[in-house]
Amino acid sequence: MRHGETMRYLSTTAAQRAEMLRVIGVGDVETLLERIPSKARLNRDLMIPAALAEGDLIAHLRGLAERNADSDRYVTFLGGGAYDHYIPSMINHMLLRGEFFTAYTPYQPEASQGTLRSIYEYQTMICELTGMDVTNASLYDGGSALAEAALMAHSVTERDQIVVSGALSPLARRVVETYCAGPRLPVKTVPWADGVTDLDALRKAVTGKTACVMVQYPNFFGCLEDLDRAAAVAHERGALFVVSVDPVALALLRPPGEAGADIVVGEGQGLGNHLNFGGPYLGLFSCRKDLVRRMPGRLVGATVDRDGKRGFVLTLQTREQHIRREKATSNICTNVALIALAATIHVALLGKEGLRRAATLSTAKAHYAAETLGRVPGVSLRFGAPFFKEFALRLPRNPGTVLRALRRRRILGGVALAQFDRRLKDSILVAVTERRTRAEIDAYAEALASAVA
Amino acid sequence: MNEYDGLVFELSVPGRVGYSLPEADVPEADPARLLPAAHLRRAPAALPEVSEFDAVRHYTRLSRMNYGVDTHFYPLGSCTMKYNPKLNEDMARLPGFARLHPLTPEEASQGALQLMGELGEMLAEIVGMDGVSLQPAAGAQGELTGVLMIRAFHLDREGSPRKKVLVPDSAHGTNPASTAIAGYQTVQVKSDQNGEVDLLDLERHLDEDVAALMITVPNTLGLFESRILEATGLCHAKGAQVYMDGANLNALLGLTRSGDLGFDVVHMNLHKTFTTPHGGGGPGAGPVAFKAHLAPFMPTPAVVRDAEAWRLDRKRPKSVGKVQSFWGNFGMHVRAYTYIRTMGPDGLRAVAENAILNANYIRARLLPHYDLPYEGASMHEVVFSARRQKAQGVSATDIAKRLLDLGFYAPSIYFPLIVEEALMIEPTETESKETLDAFCDAMIRIAGEAASSPQTLLEAPVTTPVRRLDQTLAARQPNLRWTPRGPTL
Repeated sequence: MRHGETMRYLSTTAAQRAEMLRVIGVGDVETLLERIPSKARLNRDLMIPAALAEGDLIAHLRGLAERNADSDRYVTFLGGGAYDHYIPSMINHMLLRGEFFTAYTPYQPEASQGTLRSIYEYQTMICELTGMDVTNASLYDGGSALAEAALMAHSVTERDQIVVSGALSPLARRVVETYCAGPRLPVKTVPWADGVTDLDALRKAVTGKTACVMVQYPNFFGCLEDLDRAAAVAHERGALFVVSVDPVALALLRPPGEAGADIVVGEGQGLGNHLNFGGPYLGLFSCRKDLVRRMPGRLVGATVDRDGKRGFVLTLQTREQHIRREKATSNICTNVALIALAATIHVALLGKEGLRRAATLSTAKAHYAAETLGRVPGVSLRFGAPFFKEFALRLPRNPGTVLRALRRRRILGGVALAQFDRRLKDSILVAVTERRTRAEIDAYAEALASAVA
Repeated sequence: MNEYDGLVFELSVPGRVGYSLPEADVPEADPARLLPAAHLRRAPAALPEVSEFDAVRHYTRLSRMNYGVDTHFYPLGSCTMKYNPKLNEDMARLPGFARLHPLTPEEASQGALQLMGELGEMLAEIVGMDGVSLQPAAGAQGELTGVLMIRAFHLDREGSPRKKVLVPDSAHGTNPASTAIAGYQTVQVKSDQNGEVDLLDLERHLDEDVAALMITVPNTLGLFESRILEATGLCHAKGAQVYMDGANLNALLGLTRSGDLGFDVVHMNLHKTFTTPHGGGGPGAGPVAFKAHLAPFMPTPAVVRDAEAWRLDRKRPKSVGKVQSFWGNFGMHVRAYTYIRTMGPDGLRAVAENAILNANYIRARLLPHYDLPYEGASMHEVVFSARRQKAQGVSATDIAKRLLDLGFYAPSIYFPLIVEEALMIEPTETESKETLDAFCDAMIRIAGEAASSPQTLLEAPVTTPVRRLDQTLAARQPNLRWTPRGPTL
């Protein structure tokens, strides 16, 4: 061993190593490696950059970070599944407690009650928001949660066809298609009309072979789907009804559980988690209680200890890969517990009134923005359907050019929709959260006016 | 003992707030005027009402009911519970990373793309592969991604994905589970008397229907598969691909590489080998690295470097598609990048050597006290059996619970499945000799107690916030959410 032995993350000294080798009964570590075939040994240094001292590394990473247009330095109207919502400072302090962030999955419940209790709280909160009976301990993100819902619907119904709304996030839809490749489940996309799922087309697409119908609420364009009618279409043919949600919206909007959803999934990033360039995020997964034994992922349940004291454990584990192996309901092991903890604390802090207020402010400011931006000459709202905090805007000039011009004024004006749907090549998707101010929206309108002029 | 027994719902007092939101600054802020009534919630969600300080105290108290690596030695085999550097956390929280939206145009996210690109290049070198996808969110998703790439490769070349994937009986449960989701039949390959994959059994199963062999190196017994070059050669001779589960990569850093061992694809757990925290169960990150022939099938988009800039390449017609909505767990990529740049090539090699040294030290000290079913030289972990103690009336579970009382988290138990009463111990390189000695002293004390006072073990734990919990009750009468009235489900 060379100077690596003096590194701050290792603590064995040369004298200690000699003593340990004596106890082991070998002369050097090399002797312990004899089972590695000599012709596969790496007899050179790894060709990666030499170690950097802490100060130099910080300077290097700051340099990289500063090359990104983040929501601290830019006024952001970006959405499409990730949102710049208010995050109370307190949350970070709790996440940095080593007892939380350096703990493992709570397989030894007596030494993991903190994590288990927080997950039990999380499961309760998400049930409250979605209007469903049961919520699991988290999946990776909204896209993979949707994909797991497709596999679960296939397993519950023993049917193969997955029907998805064309107004569902195209990014999440691609994840569904990936997960459906192995079991060869055809994924059929139903077109949208005026920003929402075309229900007539949906009715035609759903057959006796359909495992589930998947819609998003609010959908990718920010519009509000008619969940009751979509649910009826699914249920008439015996298919499950799956709704992908934004949990922030559900503080204000009617929970899909009341509209007959069988499975509710969603992207939970907006609950207390930073944008992080796309991850780690939070896959929500809730369902009806009679489906609980087909659910993917971990579940925490309440029980009692030997003295009759309340305690919490991972339960119904016979669904999971470490017990069931190839017959498990999912392959998931690691989930996103710490992100779920952030969401739990966020929902606790905002609570009954605050979360509703954040949702109300978001929708109010989004409506103000739609009206203000829609008044810019040549600019119009792309769709007429009711929307929550996000809307599509049709521009009179190439959206890429317009967005670049806005960026020069430190405004991230929205997401160009051409990358997702050629029919929308003249449009952008604009998201407005409670963090945006009227002044920022007015400044955006002014900048937009000069960019499209 | 920690007597706290609160849930945040039980702290709720109507009218308390824990947030600070601005007043509406737009003319219309009444949702009833903005949205159709049919879309509005009739009753508010029954969420807690607490002050910020209520929440601080509650969650701080909850944290104190956990054992973490920062507070306790965590010898969980196969989980690589090493120290999670604080610098990594600070770097991941730089606003330019933490507050960067995933749909920011490429020209305005060059720093993030460069970090991902360079991390991919460093990981590819570490495992001796040609390319990397950082998209998978965890090891199991890396497995699924890798197997789907193999599936796409066979489909492309032979017009059929083939039918079976071979998995040793010592494998992690995720291997057969991921294989099944990818549409394959899992076929178990036996371990031989040395705890390595049985090459005769492997050959028996190898035919033109086998898409891949999926194998963990070092394996879950902590042994290096000494005939791995023969195994990978046998597979390739039948046109099968070879997948390495890189969960135990920590033992190999700078010593040998998956690519040089004949593997076609490998996943890495950034939350094991590369020090991103386990977070009480996640998030992790499970990048997959692969040889050039599998590159066309990698998830989309790929992070690529052109002459002037980094970009996300989405034009990949043969790709398996996406496994995450966005580009992967970028926050974990920042942490792993920070770690690798902190360590450098010498440091990473020292990591592997110290991990192996520590595991062998524990093995040497505990050998007189516990049975060792497979005696080959250990790499990063050692798997004992508590069958001797079982004969004295105590189980691996009892030993684990007693360790909690003595101030240590437990080893992984009852895994791998091929070891009776398994105690799977992985110390990692970041633990000091003093800690290893204290742990070994505790294990030796427990072996003594198993013989002299087994009741101590059967009663354990007694120092934790709760004692042993009724798992049967939890499963028979599932209570999976709080209600004001108690269990409802």
